[in-house]
Amino acid sequence: MRPRSLKAREARLAFLMLFPTFFLVMLIVVFPVLADFWIAFKRIKLGDLRPPRAVVVERVKARPRVPGDRLVVAYRVENRSQNPITETRFADRIPPGLTPLALPPECHIRGGALSCRLTGPKPGTRKELVLAFRAEGAYFASGRPNPRASRPEVESRAPNPIFAKPFTLENFARVFRDPDFVPMLKVTLAYTVFGTGLSILLGLFAAQLLVVRFAGRNLLRGLFLFPYVAPVIAVAFVWVFLLDPFAGTVNALLLKYGLASGPIPFLSQRVWPLELFGLRLELPLALTMVILFEGWRYFPFAFLFILARMQAMPVELFEAARVDGAGVWATFRHVTLPQLAGILATLFLLRFIWTFNKFDDIFLLTGGAAGTETITIKVYDYAFARADLGLGAALAVVLFFILAILLTLYFRYAPRGEV
Amino acid sequence: MGFLLAALTGALAFSLAYGTVSLSAALFLGLETHLVAAVPLLAGAFLGPLAALAAPRTGALGPYLLFAGAGAMLGALLPGALGAGPGLGALAGAAGGGLLVYGLRDLELFPPRAESYERLALRGLRALGFVFFVFAVVFPFWAMFVASLKPRAEFLANPADLSLPLEVFRAGLLPGLRKLFEGYRAVLFEYRFLRYIANTALVSVVTMLLTLFFSVLGAYAVARLDFPGRRLMERAVLLTYMFPAIVLAIPLYVVFTLIGLRDTLGGLVVVYLAQTLPVALYMLRSYFETIPESLEEAGMIDGCSRFEVIWRVTLPLSLPALASVGLYVFMIAWNEFLFAFMFLDSPEIFTLSRGMVALNSQEVPYQYLMAGAVIVTVPVMLLFFWFERYLVGGLTAGGVKG
Repeated sequence: MRPRSLKAREARLAFLMLFPTFFLVMLIVVFPVLADFWIAFKRIKLGDLRPPRAVVVERVKARPRVPGDRLVVAYRVENRSQNPITETRFADRIPPGLTPLALPPECHIRGGALSCRLTGPKPGTRKELVLAFRAEGAYFASGRPNPRASRPEVESRAPNPIFAKPFTLENFARVFRDPDFVPMLKVTLAYTVFGTGLSILLGLFAAQLLVVRFAGRNLLRGLFLFPYVAPVIAVAFVWVFLLDPFAGTVNALLLKYGLASGPIPFLSQRVWPLELFGLRLELPLALTMVILFEGWRYFPFAFLFILARMQAMPVELFEAARVDGAGVWATFRHVTLPQLAGILATLFLLRFIWTFNKFDDIFLLTGGAAGTETITIKVYDYAFARADLGLGAALAVVLFFILAILLTLYFRYAPRGEV
Repeated sequence: MGFLLAALTGALAFSLAYGTVSLSAALFLGLETHLVAAVPLLAGAFLGPLAALAAPRTGALGPYLLFAGAGAMLGALLPGALGAGPGLGALAGAAGGGLLVYGLRDLELFPPRAESYERLALRGLRALGFVFFVFAVVFPFWAMFVASLKPRAEFLANPADLSLPLEVFRAGLLPGLRKLFEGYRAVLFEYRFLRYIANTALVSVVTMLLTLFFSVLGAYAVARLDFPGRRLMERAVLLTYMFPAIVLAIPLYVVFTLIGLRDTLGGLVVVYLAQTLPVALYMLRSYFETIPESLEEAGMIDGCSRFEVIWRVTLPLSLPALASVGLYVFMIAWNEFLFAFMFLDSPEIFTLSRGMVALNSQEVPYQYLMAGAVIVTVPVMLLFFWFERYLVGGLTAGGVKG
């Protein structure tokens, strides 16, 4: 076998082995991003996901008393949706012994089976088809069956609104004109910057505590990882429970130790006036709590990476520093920190992007109320709470562009060899 | 100057000990404690200089015994500081004394050197740090557990009391247990959490197995085989790691609704697979690259095919990596909230996360909600403690090479 073909075979094998991963990622990650762009340019509502279907209501307008009387049946075809229907067909059974007198042109009867076919109806309109029959003796002989006993089977053809609706820029106009847009960006920025910073600072501190060997260190290391590995739904509910203004433990403790004069609604109050050294500060209370949660839940992540990095540091450097008479702070500042710079920068970028993308935590803690509405929460609010998929997708596209800028920064500035 | 420093150290050590004991006793034992801050401050300031005179050294046990004993006596004689009896006072005092000696060991205080200030500050910070972190981590989980054992009225009577309600056993062991675990019984059997556990386990295990299968193939290809676009592939796969789930949620909701995959566990598995595969592939690739290629070549020479080599040589050598990746994936799938929340409508196929939201919206007592939270958390925690070594490897392997 010639080397060239061996190489080609190897490449083909590699593609085959990578195909499932590649395919799934394409399907679940890349395709949705493209689809977001499509939906963002259309006014699509949650209700549009179900293709419009006509509703057919059958009524008997005149009933025969003796053979030879007229029986009149009306079918009302309605399009109750806001979307067009191209064609509606329905079929029904006609009781025996009825001779058609007047049939609308849309309908045919063959062997006791009625079938009708009409265009439309237009959105929000209805059409009525009236059929008249003469009731013969056979109809009475079979016990005067009600024509409504058999239900009409309806079938409608309609273009899927997702494809049929026209392209428009209206979603974007609405997103940018929303008075909440700028506050939302600010909240997102504050949450991301402070949440990231806090989790890394706490992680750095925790790593300093555990870098020294002592009995029980491994146990503590496992313990410190708890907030990160526990399911978000559990820890978020516990925080909500603990911070409850009336039944919560935290408020009870604050009252008990005289640190608060009344219950503090931690997660439902937008601002909390704070008297500090004679200065009046307005603390965004709920946002602060959400940031604290972020710091608490993700410090283990930073902690783990910083600890791993610190344990890999050469001991000689520290010995040299000691010989040179450097104090504890000087050693940390000039020996430890420089070596941590790479991992800290990487952690900051990574956590910044992840915090920026975060949805679950805030959604479960406050639902985005009380000044904690970030972009991701707003996307959910638009698309599902307000049932406006187009609006949500438009904001998702905005989010995507901000993220693209962040990612470019990440790949440009993340130090080589770490992540 | 040295005495002043020692007095400060003492005040800090005793305040920390008293504060911790007071808070712990109130929270975890349900004792009615308070804290008269003056007592530990004065006691510490008094004992500090004495301890400094003793000039404790590392390894010398004497000063520890002496000052812990002195602290214990002082604490026992002044039980009013905590308001919970002499025993607790003695405990706090002993802890303060021990901490004081530990803080002052190996220091030159007469006169204090510049280094001594730094080391003292550092020790103070460390002590505070330990107390802070242990409290911050243990407190919520403990609260979750205790709240799941207490009926609403009992909890509301004193929300600051997080002690185990052991008084239920006065009625006997079995009735006591029944009362204690009433929340769990209700959640498991009445609110169908038993079903949700099975669903979640199914989704997590299937996701884990499929992810392992596909990622082993992919990682092997990237690690061993040469093909054009290898670097690009790697980057692209890593990119998915950075995508916000909420951006994917809208189109996936649309498409899954249209093709009828939305309210199914299979649809959930597909989404989880796409979310975990890239990371799993990345982690395994790093590991495969550490396995000497010569081992595999030996297998090839012995007549094995590529896949036989993977099965017989590469995988057995990668068991630790497989374990950590598997655990990591299991955890992600078990904990996932957003897609379970958005996709699942039928209670028969709820996962635990979705079930918790449903439970929350039914306005059940907090006791049940916390019992649910414990049920969601415990399996992950058990796995985590059993396989901590692997899991830590898995968590870091995704980020740090080598």
